Amino acid sequence: FSRADRPLGPYDTKEKVTPYQQATTYNNFYEFGTDKSDPARLAGSLKPRPWTVRIDGEVRKPQTIDIDTLQSWFPLEDRIYRMRCVEGWSMVMPWLGFPLAALIRRLEPTSKAKYVQFTALLDTKQFPGQKQQVLKWPYVEGLRLDEALNPLSFMAVGLHGRTLPGQNGAPLRLVVPWKYGFKNIKSIVRITLTDKQPLTTWMQAAPQEYGFYANVNPAVSHPRWSQATERRIGELGRRKTLPFNGYADEVAALYKGMDLRKNF
Amino acid sequence: MLPVAVLVYDALSGALGANPIQRATLQTGLLTLALLVLSLACTPLRLLTGWTWPARIRKTLGLLGFGYAALHFLIYLFDHGFDLTLMTEDVLKRPFVTAGFTALLLLVPLALTSTPRAVKRLGFQRWTRLHQLAYVAVSLGALHYYWGVKKDHTPPLIYAAVIAALFLIRFLKRRPARSARAGSRAAKS
Repeated sequence: FSRADRPLGPYDTKEKVTPYQQATTYNNFYEFGTDKSDPARLAGSLKPRPWTVRIDGEVRKPQTIDIDTLQSWFPLEDRIYRMRCVEGWSMVMPWLGFPLAALIRRLEPTSKAKYVQFTALLDTKQFPGQKQQVLKWPYVEGLRLDEALNPLSFMAVGLHGRTLPGQNGAPLRLVVPWKYGFKNIKSIVRITLTDKQPLTTWMQAAPQEYGFYANVNPAVSHPRWSQATERRIGELGRRKTLPFNGYADEVAALYKGMDLRKNF
Repeated sequence: MLPVAVLVYDALSGALGANPIQRATLQTGLLTLALLVLSLACTPLRLLTGWTWPARIRKTLGLLGFGYAALHFLIYLFDHGFDLTLMTEDVLKRPFVTAGFTALLLLVPLALTSTPRAVKRLGFQRWTRLHQLAYVAVSLGALHYYWGVKKDHTPPLIYAAVIAALFLIRFLKRRPARSARAGSRAAKS
């Protein structure tokens, strides 16, 4: 069904959606290679079924669960979100999935749980790019528990009304639209509730350039380039980047009293 | 100039992908570096093989390299809406832009003095010394590339290794020749 047929949801943007062709051929997914065209070219090697997700750490119900079962727990919703890459480009993505908060509540975190750590698949057969140690594999990302419980935080299993393509992180990926794109870990195989802040992949690779929070912030430059503007894919000019990627009303309160220059 | 035609064709046909300006920036940057490295390879190649043809295409390669560097810079300016304040800020604040911009500036006097008349006017020795700036420019170009990539440093390191090897060949080949010449001069006097 086409998205034009449904009314906009509370978090949807009205901006023009990035066409499927562009959203699926211009990807950063180093597990396939560092060129933007590598993921679309090589995604055939990724087998999103059968797939299991291990859930462990500070939860009352640790388990390993099949992706289809996990998906059946929740009604699927559409979300049209902006996505801003740390490299200075952006897209508008029509995701299909379920709120991360619904999943976490269902797992019943213990009182010790303060963070959520996500781990992506490690398999050089399915991810040829993992033969090179460009990053330390597997890819790891994380959120503070209150960030994960924010209604914007989303687990995507589809895009443009179809099953999520391999190059976009099949079969399960995180979408946190107020953060830079690299926080949106793809092809998740493990979700761990923990009391310690996870050491994320990009923090390990270049701690002075990529922090744990990675909130979109035009006022804080990347050490090597400005973050003040971005190019929306499909447009020639640049537009001003908005604080929290335009989601400040929804998320700014999470960071009250924090120095966002230090906690970049 | 063929790559320019390919680039224009790709841009019009959509083959540059979802972010054509970024792609065009990268491609012109890579062409600049490749052409400058090739022009710097001419002398070492002549020293190693005794061939004379590399010396004849050296100038063309260098000038083409400068042309692509200028195009690369123009695309950068276009990308930033020809906002000179933004450009100045980038040049002053971001080391990778500083390196690239300095390399481009260094190439300007070399391009301007690429005619036989300029060699005559400057005198061969001064002209040669001036054109040694090409070594600095290409090194800065490689540094610009290295600092510009997000993570995969292999390609810029390959360029850096080739440049270093070319410097080494010059150094090793020139030194004994010069000292041998000096030696024979000493013997004559």
